[in-house]
Amino acid sequence: MGIEGIGASVVRKEDKRFITGKGRYVDDIKLVGMTYAHFIRSPHAHAKVRSIDASGAEAMPGVIAVLTGKQLVDDKIGNLICGWAITSKDGSPMKMGAWPAMAPETVRFVGQAVAVVIAESKNLARDAAEAVVVDYEELPAVPDMPSALKAGAPQLHPEAPGNVVYDWSIGDEAAVNAAFAKAANVVSLELTNNRLAPNAMEPRAAIADYDTAEEHFTLYTTSQNPHVARLVLSAFYNIAPEHKLRVIAPDVGGGFGSKIFIYPEEMVALWASKKVGRPVKWTGDRTEAFLTDAHGRDHISKAEMAFDANNKIVGLRVKTHANFGAYMSLFSSSVPTYLYATLLSGQYDIPAIYAEVMGVYTNTTPVDAYRGAGRPEASYLLERMMETAARQLKVDPAELRRKNFITQFPHQTPVIMAYDTGDFNASLDAALKAIDYAGFPARKAQAQAQGKLRGIGFSCYIEACGIAPSKAVGSLGAGVGLWESAEVRVNPVGTIEILTGSHSHGQGHETTFCQLVADRLGVPISQVQIVHGDTDKVQFGMGTYGSRSAAVGLTAILKAMEKVEAKAKKIAAHQLEASEGDIVIENGEFKVAGTDKAMALPMVALAAYTAHNLPDGMEPGLKETAFYDPTNFTFPAGTYICELEVDAKTGKTSFVNFVAADDFGRLINPMIVEGQVHGGLVQGIGQALLEHAVYDGNGQPVTASFMDYAMPRADDVPSFKLSHTTTLCPGNPLGVKGCGEAGAIGASAAVINAITDAIGNKKLEMPATPDRVWHAING
Amino acid sequence: MSTVKLTVNGKQVAVEVEDRTLLVHLLRDHLNLTGTHVGCDTSQCGACVVHIDGRAVKSCTVLAGQADGSSVTTIEGIAKGDELHPMQAAFRDNHGLQCGYCTPGMIMSAIDIVHRHSAQLDEATVREELEGNICRCTGYHNIVKAVLDAAGRMKLAQAAE
Repeated sequence: MGIEGIGASVVRKEDKRFITGKGRYVDDIKLVGMTYAHFIRSPHAHAKVRSIDASGAEAMPGVIAVLTGKQLVDDKIGNLICGWAITSKDGSPMKMGAWPAMAPETVRFVGQAVAVVIAESKNLARDAAEAVVVDYEELPAVPDMPSALKAGAPQLHPEAPGNVVYDWSIGDEAAVNAAFAKAANVVSLELTNNRLAPNAMEPRAAIADYDTAEEHFTLYTTSQNPHVARLVLSAFYNIAPEHKLRVIAPDVGGGFGSKIFIYPEEMVALWASKKVGRPVKWTGDRTEAFLTDAHGRDHISKAEMAFDANNKIVGLRVKTHANFGAYMSLFSSSVPTYLYATLLSGQYDIPAIYAEVMGVYTNTTPVDAYRGAGRPEASYLLERMMETAARQLKVDPAELRRKNFITQFPHQTPVIMAYDTGDFNASLDAALKAIDYAGFPARKAQAQAQGKLRGIGFSCYIEACGIAPSKAVGSLGAGVGLWESAEVRVNPVGTIEILTGSHSHGQGHETTFCQLVADRLGVPISQVQIVHGDTDKVQFGMGTYGSRSAAVGLTAILKAMEKVEAKAKKIAAHQLEASEGDIVIENGEFKVAGTDKAMALPMVALAAYTAHNLPDGMEPGLKETAFYDPTNFTFPAGTYICELEVDAKTGKTSFVNFVAADDFGRLINPMIVEGQVHGGLVQGIGQALLEHAVYDGNGQPVTASFMDYAMPRADDVPSFKLSHTTTLCPGNPLGVKGCGEAGAIGASAAVINAITDAIGNKKLEMPATPDRVWHAING
Repeated sequence: MSTVKLTVNGKQVAVEVEDRTLLVHLLRDHLNLTGTHVGCDTSQCGACVVHIDGRAVKSCTVLAGQADGSSVTTIEGIAKGDELHPMQAAFRDNHGLQCGYCTPGMIMSAIDIVHRHSAQLDEATVREELEGNICRCTGYHNIVKAVLDAAGRMKLAQAAE
């Protein structure tokens, strides 16, 4: 593999700028003549905007403009879109209300913008916002799904009667009914998947700069996918055509899904920049992040699993209500459907599955993809079901899972997904060994003697990553293709630039992508530069989400590399007067196999650019591009086991051990992979124990700062024992599966299963705070 | 408006600011020291931690005027030229950062933690002491490793001096 090649834990190239304070995030950028935006947001969950009086603000010194939603409509700026069409089971298309970037008439969640102040400084903009008088007529609000679905409930959008966006299903209902009719045992479970706020540490920000002479916009934005942002801003929002809009996502301080979407603030900044003729900067604060970054999860589900007399699963029936908030965010519709229900087979051979999903509007912040996006919800439901079933059927939870594991691949599930490969027994065995499962009863007894309740909980997750191929996602309603593009430029002196449509916001692409080049060409990674995050530099890209950057983005680079290598070999063969088939690449040299004749890469590159002596008909230069569209999703899978203790007197949980055994296929950089798992695990543990985005009965968010929303902190979580088992992904030449979301997908069920094991299988919802655990113990 | 005089990373500066200006904004907006970040506005996340007269302080909770006359060190001021501070090196070597946004505050807090617990720093102490710094990427696992590693390196460096 070489010290910097594939499989090496190379320290990150990008770290130097971050550890020395030289990272360049959007808010760090200043443009000449820059103005500052401050949004005026609704304090009501549901209200009519009667009037906006900005006269006082407009008269204040330093105020350049106060712009409202009505002006946005007058300028024919488009409404925000949802990019994945879902069809209800009755054949009707999903029912969506319009989402204007600033509300001209009706606000439907606390924090929805109605106007924006543009001023000479941040403070002046904020001061002036206080002087804008908005007259609201409050309307009754529905803060949650049960109240939204009640007969006679207040309606959010006239287009969506009963506040229902869609009522969708997947699977064979008749087959499931038949399976349940013959079942020896049926296990039932009702659970909620708590609403979360994504909380990337860098709040969203945007700087829009309109060039009046060129009629050209530049947008610096906190995006996971700048090309998708440009596409949507051009094609749907009428901001500017693509060739007149450059989108730059520089260093981005975490995303977790929340920075996929194109939000009102970026649109308004662009529009306002043209209106005022100067650059406009908006930087969100943390409360704005809680109010406006798309939230995650928020499901209420009922599930039943049918078993035969031999404890083999014969059927699964699931009914889920998914909260979309007040508007349909960019990919929201796909999350509780194709990213959730298609994973309900888990690691198990289930012959019949039927799932119904109802998408519901409420007067809350829009909900969309958050780390895992649908797959954590599926995994949580299924893994709590397996644990509940093991207890009801009085069998060992590991053995019940093992008995039902899929062992033959490829495996077609009844819910679209065709798993290509895996070895679920291997990851279960690795995790059982790591936690010393055999020794658990003795440890439990010892804890009991000390007055502690000890429990152990399993989670055997599977996820579908890569979010591709384009043809497949298109047939399911996606509005975009989900391939990736790359360009490999070998410069005349032999240094290499890799331009990628993937975006790195913590994932370490500037290192791992170089490792591929080092591996193939034998050049040091210091000779390679990764370029990403700028639509003027990179030809196109679909961005980073769904753990797709290695499986799709890196494979696109590989495809371009192969073209570069093929051309370089031709040049070397010509120069060395050898046959092309005899050229091999070793340690940065193109060698004639079996001889001492060789040309170093810089000499081949120079020959390509001087073009003095190239094969007849060959174009000069050494630069190739590739668009890569995979043949299937990838299917990372693994087993997480959590061992913990509960203090019965206080309900407080303390971790004893947490082990993770993952199968991600080939690892490019194990150090970075493990870092991704650690972070994901803590987001999953955060969901299980701490985090909950809460609204009161009027739709007021009560967790809109870090004072109220419990983020996991260093002393809330343990260190982890990680291990890897490997089945190579057959769907891409690198054999990689993706590792970015696994921890968040698998961890929550392991934690809750461990607590319910400790306290004796009581009903318990997330987040399992000490208060909830104490009540679960004491009734 | 007031003039605030202070020493930042060893250089004396005098900055004319509105009285309501926070130290973090003086550093970022007036001195272009953008390594110090704002993550929460409620003194919870610690992305803004700097050292004032050698102690770790959340610069979003200090008025610039309160720092008048003091010596402030930011993330930009801890390396000696090209030689990284041992805490910076330990964060890199232990993969203690991902997106990098919380990192400057983490490093500044961590240096202070090591100074205050030089003799007996263990995992539990590091975790407890990092309570005021939030990271969303790393799950803290490698940050804790980095701080413990750096504690050893700082002790060695001190012994060598």
